[in-house]
Amino acid sequence: MSAEATRAQERPVTLELAREFGLSEAEYNNALEILGRVPTFTEMGIISVMWSEHCSYKSSKLWLKTLPTTGPQVICGPGENAGVVDIGDGDTVIFKMESHNHPSYIEPYQGAATGVGGILRDVFTMGARPIANMNALRFGDPSHPKTRHLVAGVVSGIGGYGNCVGVPTVGGETNFHPAYNGNILVNAMTVGVAKADRIFYSAAAGIGNPVVYVGSKTGRDGIHGATMASAEFTEDSEEKRPTVQVGDPFTEKLLIEACLELMETDAIVAIQDMGAAGLTSSSVEMAGKGGLGIELALDSLPMREEAMTPYEIMLSESQERMLIILKPGREEVAKAIFDKWELDFAVIGHLTDTGNLVIKMYGETWCDMPIAPVSNAAPEYDRPWEPTPAAAEVPDSVFDGYDAPLGDTLAKLFACPDLASKRWIWEQYDSLVGGDTRFMSGQADAAVVRVPGQTKAVAITTDCTPRYCLADPVEGGKQAVAEAWRNLSAVGALPLAITDNMNFGNPEKPRIMGQFVGAVQGIGAACKALDFPVVSGNVSLYNETNGEAILPTPAIGGVGTLPDAMIAVGIAFQNEGDVILGVGAATNAQGGHIGQSLFLREILGREEGPPPPVDLAVERRNGDFVRGLIREGLVVSSHDVADGGLIVTIAEMALAGGIGAHLTGLDGAHPRALFGEDQGRYVLAVRPDVAAKVQEKAKAAGVPVAVLGETRGASLSDRNGDIVPLTRLKTVNESWLPDYMSAEL
Amino acid sequence: MKAAIVVFPGSNRERDAVAALEAASGTKPHLVWHRDTELPKVDLIVVPGGFSYGDYLRSGAMAAHSPIMREVKARADQGVRVLGVCNGFQIITEAGLLPGALMRNGGLKFVCRVQHLRVENTDSPFTAKYAKGQIVRYPVAHGDGNYWADAETVRRLDGEGQVAFRYVADDSRADPRGNPNHSVSDIAGIFNAKRTVLGLMPHPEDAVEGLHGNTDGKPMFDGLVEALS
Repeated sequence: MSAEATRAQERPVTLELAREFGLSEAEYNNALEILGRVPTFTEMGIISVMWSEHCSYKSSKLWLKTLPTTGPQVICGPGENAGVVDIGDGDTVIFKMESHNHPSYIEPYQGAATGVGGILRDVFTMGARPIANMNALRFGDPSHPKTRHLVAGVVSGIGGYGNCVGVPTVGGETNFHPAYNGNILVNAMTVGVAKADRIFYSAAAGIGNPVVYVGSKTGRDGIHGATMASAEFTEDSEEKRPTVQVGDPFTEKLLIEACLELMETDAIVAIQDMGAAGLTSSSVEMAGKGGLGIELALDSLPMREEAMTPYEIMLSESQERMLIILKPGREEVAKAIFDKWELDFAVIGHLTDTGNLVIKMYGETWCDMPIAPVSNAAPEYDRPWEPTPAAAEVPDSVFDGYDAPLGDTLAKLFACPDLASKRWIWEQYDSLVGGDTRFMSGQADAAVVRVPGQTKAVAITTDCTPRYCLADPVEGGKQAVAEAWRNLSAVGALPLAITDNMNFGNPEKPRIMGQFVGAVQGIGAACKALDFPVVSGNVSLYNETNGEAILPTPAIGGVGTLPDAMIAVGIAFQNEGDVILGVGAATNAQGGHIGQSLFLREILGREEGPPPPVDLAVERRNGDFVRGLIREGLVVSSHDVADGGLIVTIAEMALAGGIGAHLTGLDGAHPRALFGEDQGRYVLAVRPDVAAKVQEKAKAAGVPVAVLGETRGASLSDRNGDIVPLTRLKTVNESWLPDYMSAEL
Repeated sequence: MKAAIVVFPGSNRERDAVAALEAASGTKPHLVWHRDTELPKVDLIVVPGGFSYGDYLRSGAMAAHSPIMREVKARADQGVRVLGVCNGFQIITEAGLLPGALMRNGGLKFVCRVQHLRVENTDSPFTAKYAKGQIVRYPVAHGDGNYWADAETVRRLDGEGQVAFRYVADDSRADPRGNPNHSVSDIAGIFNAKRTVLGLMPHPEDAVEGLHGNTDGKPMFDGLVEALS
């Protein structure tokens, strides 16, 4: 390869090329103005990815700025690779959730696998040892011809990567809805722990300091991946397969160990992974944050393919790579560690005082442009938006003609895709490696993982109810945060902070932008009221195919802490004869909120009405009360009331423990009361000798608590006899997903 | 009891093994890097789980040819106890310390779950603290745990008391539902002829304390400490 051969591959830089690279005419003209000349081909590529929606957050930034991001527990909020939160004793928890939606639809195994790899790097690049992975998945209608293939590929990709790197995948959530037929969502979250005085940031410092490249070699995979992730899909999306990266979890495992070993020395000034837009993002962001220039000589960069051009190298999204600024003279110390782990290590440049990004290769300069003006000029739009119109209340007449026996209704609900057991999925994930997993999600409302070498634990949950968000983005955004907070409280954890993964359609449509704005408003209100700030996040827009948008899906990853992992309680009933208590009350005069409920959709076949409203003051009062009871050791089992309502919650606790429930407090209850999805509620099982004490405490705290029955037998029953045996619910619940996955295509 | 844990690039359950051994013996085991050619003087060598060399080529195949494995084999020949768990079972089998082979799970999927096992032979320091026929629960977490040996080898393993553990269903009966990977004759773990080497797919090291939900793996480590101290 030579300069001449490189030039022969380059195309003239014109408005047409800029458009092909995803820029608008105004954005192209802005680039001409900043540089005072026509950019080179390499520069045009770099500017286009820097200004892509994926990297610049140009449609979302204005609104994200309104979210609460601070609190006494927050050490580092949004803007770094991941958020950092204090968990006491000089320890921190570092976490983030990130989407890999577009690539996972095109190539599910690699798309999902590299999604896990990318989020792991965001966390360990800050000095944290990853201790848990979670994921939030949304697939299309099970009857859609692509769904089965996508489920199989995504699950096996997540497992293939997470299992090999040795980080337990401890849970998440999986939903199905036709709105995801053309755009599935794969949101991966990693949680790590680090000492507060050993956290690494990305701002470069020290003119002349060496810029080091470590990890896998660079190939041509993933070029313009960030641009692809910033546009809608059409029928020819399959052609975008070359923009999907290929993951190597073995290299990632070595990279984790090597980076953590290097971090024990004092050699590092700054470090960042090469994620979206690869070397471009990492070098520009590191130099930009430090107010410096950076000069790269790409000839010495480890390459896996021959004859690569500077443009290809700068835009490649090859996986398992990191960029490090070292202190002067520490190259040998660092190289010895990467040699030990058999990873590539190359000094590829140095920091300068010019403020420019300079790229040299084959004896010529291919890029020489000022970083700050280009970064700062990244577009920021106040896109027009329309609020989502309020949905009409669900009339009582929807229940006309509904007279199915309760047992049959429960059996139908437990077999529906959203409530069906996801065992087929989670058994493919190593949830136990590390030996610190107390609960994976499913066993408890949040996963609980002990901090290695200590007694304290981290609780983790991912939550979002997209059907609520579609009906009312503000209430839906609030609910997603409230449910995360509630799930952490339900295991006894003190909620600390969240990461938000905002998945929406095309923001250029005012209706979609309105969903985004509404969700941000709801999230902000809930975060503020619950002292539950946003410390990291990711936005994925343009989740549309042929103009069909996904349900608005602001997935919330919540993290909390417990002083002792063994304090945590799960959902399973443990003993016969425990008293079942309902904490919290229905929020409307009709005795239960049925709008947008699973019952309405699955049993009555209607998706309508407003979602259940969230009263944040009640939410906080009830959650603080439940957490207090758990911390005092008064609670045996605990589960929040969510999809399916009160009766489904009780049945899930019974199924998990293999012990039934005799219900005395729900006689003759209206379906609204049984299946309404009113917020801020929990079901607890307590030993009979403390039930009175718990009720007294509730009274003192002003929390409504009702005795619903007691744990007993092997079925759900009431005064009239058996409602349904657990074996029936278990069979339908456990068989839906494996039957679906093994059915003929 | 002094123990060494061999760490390969891609090992990922060495920390679990360290914790289980340290809890049982009160002594931190030595971690030995795969490129080392010498082992410290120890009573027990553990080859832990993980994905050594990314499972490239074939699970355990590359690790079996690393320099340290020559030393592990030499020590095993001298009677030093060797425990290979999961990927460690694959590695010591590939290295020829145990007969047979481990293939892709019959269901073609990775499987992680708590598994019921029956203890088949208690005449070893690994299993002395269990009762013959006792049902224990250890987690499994593997994609290539389908143990295979020819019929004659399986007969010999049975006849010589070399089958250590068998998979059983939740109700403790031999049943295809209980076998997570389609291993021949439901075999979960085997000894060498002298019962000084044990390889098994399930993870006793992840069932040793209350946090794990059960402590059925603890007697294995307690038994080793008692026999080798």
